[in-house]
Amino acid sequence: MKVLMTEYLRIDLDSEKWECRVCDHEIGPANKGYKEGMLVYDRDPREIHPPIIDPEKYRFTFSPDPEWVRILEYYCPHCGTMVETEYAIPGHPPLHDMQPDLPALRAQWAKREEIAKPVVGPEVLADQGHSH
Amino acid sequence: MNEIATPVRAKMPSAEELALIEKFLSDTTLFLGPDPEIMQNHDLMPRTEAEDEAIRKMSDAHSIAKIRDRIQAGCDEGYEMVEQMGAAPGAKWGDVITGVYSASGDLAIASAGGVLLFSALVHHPIKFIIKNWMNDPTVGVREGDGFIHNDSRYGNVHNTDQSMILPIFHEGKLVCWVASTVHEGENGAIEPGGMPSMAESPSDEGLKMCPFKVVENYEIKRDILTFLQNSVREPKLQYEDMKVKLFACLRIKQRIEETFRTDGPDALVSTLRLTMENVRAEVKRRISEWPDMTVSTYIIQDSTLRENCVVKVNCKLTKTGDRLIFDFRGSAPEFTNRPTNTIVAGLKGMLSQVFLCYVWPDLPRGQAAFAPIEVITDPHSIMNCSYDAPNSQSLMSIFTGFTAGQHAVAKFLYSCPEKYTKVHAPTFNMINTFIWGGVSQHGETLGNLCADLNGMGAGATVDRDGEHALAPIFATMADIGEQELNEEDVPFLQLVSKKMTRDAIAPGKYRGGQGYTMIVATKDSEQWGFMTTCQGAKIPPMQGLFGGYACGTYPLSKVKGVDVYDVLLETPEKFKHSIEEIMNEQPFEGASYTTHHMGMGFEISKRGELFMISQGSGAGYGDLLERDPAGVIRDIEEGLISQGVAERLYKVKFDPVTLAINHEATAIARDAERKARLARGVPYAEFVKSWSKPTPPSHLQYFGCWGDDIDKLYMGSPNKFRAANEPRPNYMAHPKDVRIAELEARLAALGAMGGEKQ
Ligand SMILES: [Zn+2]
Repeated sequence: MKVLMTEYLRIDLDSEKWECRVCDHEIGPANKGYKEGMLVYDRDPREIHPPIIDPEKYRFTFSPDPEWVRILEYYCPHCGTMVETEYAIPGHPPLHDMQPDLPALRAQWAKREEIAKPVVGPEVLADQGHSH
Repeated sequence: MNEIATPVRAKMPSAEELALIEKFLSDTTLFLGPDPEIMQNHDLMPRTEAEDEAIRKMSDAHSIAKIRDRIQAGCDEGYEMVEQMGAAPGAKWGDVITGVYSASGDLAIASAGGVLLFSALVHHPIKFIIKNWMNDPTVGVREGDGFIHNDSRYGNVHNTDQSMILPIFHEGKLVCWVASTVHEGENGAIEPGGMPSMAESPSDEGLKMCPFKVVENYEIKRDILTFLQNSVREPKLQYEDMKVKLFACLRIKQRIEETFRTDGPDALVSTLRLTMENVRAEVKRRISEWPDMTVSTYIIQDSTLRENCVVKVNCKLTKTGDRLIFDFRGSAPEFTNRPTNTIVAGLKGMLSQVFLCYVWPDLPRGQAAFAPIEVITDPHSIMNCSYDAPNSQSLMSIFTGFTAGQHAVAKFLYSCPEKYTKVHAPTFNMINTFIWGGVSQHGETLGNLCADLNGMGAGATVDRDGEHALAPIFATMADIGEQELNEEDVPFLQLVSKKMTRDAIAPGKYRGGQGYTMIVATKDSEQWGFMTTCQGAKIPPMQGLFGGYACGTYPLSKVKGVDVYDVLLETPEKFKHSIEEIMNEQPFEGASYTTHHMGMGFEISKRGELFMISQGSGAGYGDLLERDPAGVIRDIEEGLISQGVAERLYKVKFDPVTLAINHEATAIARDAERKARLARGVPYAEFVKSWSKPTPPSHLQYFGCWGDDIDKLYMGSPNKFRAANEPRPNYMAHPKDVRIAELEARLAALGAMGGEKQ
């Protein structure tokens, strides 16, 4: 049984491993953070959020200050999919952002059918309203 | 050790003596401040005997649904009245709510439109009234009474919101309460508009109305009204809106009394109680469908609105069985003299909006949906500030707290098969708008804000882009209003309004909804000014989701030394319609062009000077290399993103003239980028060796825990900290003093102090 945990990650309840949903790569043990099995890149935020006004002239430019914040990009080491981003204070230890309780997850899914495609959720539709 | 300190077993008082002591203490209480017993509790009150009795008499689900719908319609009617008749600009765009509360004070049913957050807090002042005024012979609670309230410390977001609270009786017996709340704006604080960022203590925050009686026999008491009017900058507004709120409450009362006649008071009591109990039970059931998991996130506030610094909002969300626990410990310590602190009830009210607006919008709106969810905070922290801390800009902390919650919740929802909405990246969370005040072209003293605060960009979802300028996170059903109507009353124009700010983007497989540019200039008053109260000019106030990016940052730009109205008259071709062009091309000769963070204290403006800001983008969702190239081209066509940025980020290849996509070249470029990621990415274990540091960087003024160690809260430098459970004062220096010291140091270094004596 595999459980779809995020857009790009699933957990194999039998092997207790995080897996990449794009390339099926086995990322690492699910009792630890998936980030430990990722490649990490320290991105200068100005590359993603470009200055809109001239950085030569102005202190504030619409770009985050690279001495104040960095973007940690986490890539699947096999297919290069960007699985997560983390806006981080320089030097702040990366967050162990998701730690499922595996026995509880197994018990919960023992009562459910395996889901191959994620459940998207309801569309917001225009109300038909009150009519006479 | 002296003898006095030696412990001696004292004679224990008897039960009778204890009761006497208690009575003595309660009779001689010198001040009825906010009651921690009321203020720290957001769960439903226990079921009363009267409620038990009512439920025994009537608990039929169909009748309850019918009565609930009728009361709901009554609340919506009251809401509509306030929105249509309210004088506060906030009222006109839905910064309003009405609700019905149980006899014990719990919010049972709120209007469908409006800011639920307000309503979710009014149960605190009602419980204060019940506890302190009901049996006080000098006050009492009688038919025809109305109570007013605004002091956040007794249960409110900030002091700019005012509530009118009415008890509803049936044959002399208190059955329930109704209340109406409006973001009034002006409240007599040190800056106009009711949300002073310059406040350094609660004494700077204007009117501080603990709940008190202002209406008797359904009439506003003129002496008290006059005192309130005399304490604010907009006396007419104060009167008008007290009347409007009173009459909205009376309309809801009328609907309740119709129910008394058709179904009897017990049916109403039973409906209110069972609605809350059923919602609470349903919420526990829904939570139990989530995976048992711990999710961690943090959001950074990059200023106190007075100075830039790094303020951490730390959030760990744990779900076990049917329990859901928000743990905000490790967030920054409270600021002793900055107003960005919040009372914990404000944080809880805002978190309840995560669920009722974005996760379970199908549930009846009331207090019950958040009642079973637990919240842990450090005492004297920005998320749970003390009585003595200013909190007029609590929005900064409750909005970033909201985003932490929204970000964490999304990671639980993805795997859950039972969904009521789509998984959602964070929506933009700052009130990027102009607050204004002064004397208008009609000679009236005004203080309020542009409704553009409601134009926050929405986060992307699992299968679509975020919507632009959609709605504020505190009211999914609000409007941004017509600026042209506002301009009839105020002496300034929005020269550029609702034009999307190009390249201020939140990329992703699905991008965030974008924000728009606002350029304002005063025209017809010499006594008019603006302020802005937002964070996020140096660090984005959000996180992206599942590989999506957050928004960028948003500064304030000013152009002074120009009268742009003269320019428009004489050389209109010089005027440009974007911040990008005006700041980069500097088209007005002799003018000064400057940029600032978004915490501009109230500043008087001259005719024709430009103040320019942008609303923000919601966060992106997913890896941007998976974005449909057609979506990228559409963003170019719609002016959201420039060609160069689109190509560089999304690796889409297209003809620069026709915008025709070269799919093959795009696939090759994207493949190459994935390979480049594999080449530049560093294995985690190796990465953290060089990246992770044991303390915050010394070049930043950092507040809050570092990493996982939530017991140690830094207070501005790696060498200054406190234990999380041991409050200490946390004073900030005046930014002007900091600047003067810097400049004096430079003068001293140059030997240019002129022999000034110290
Ligand atoms: Zn992969």
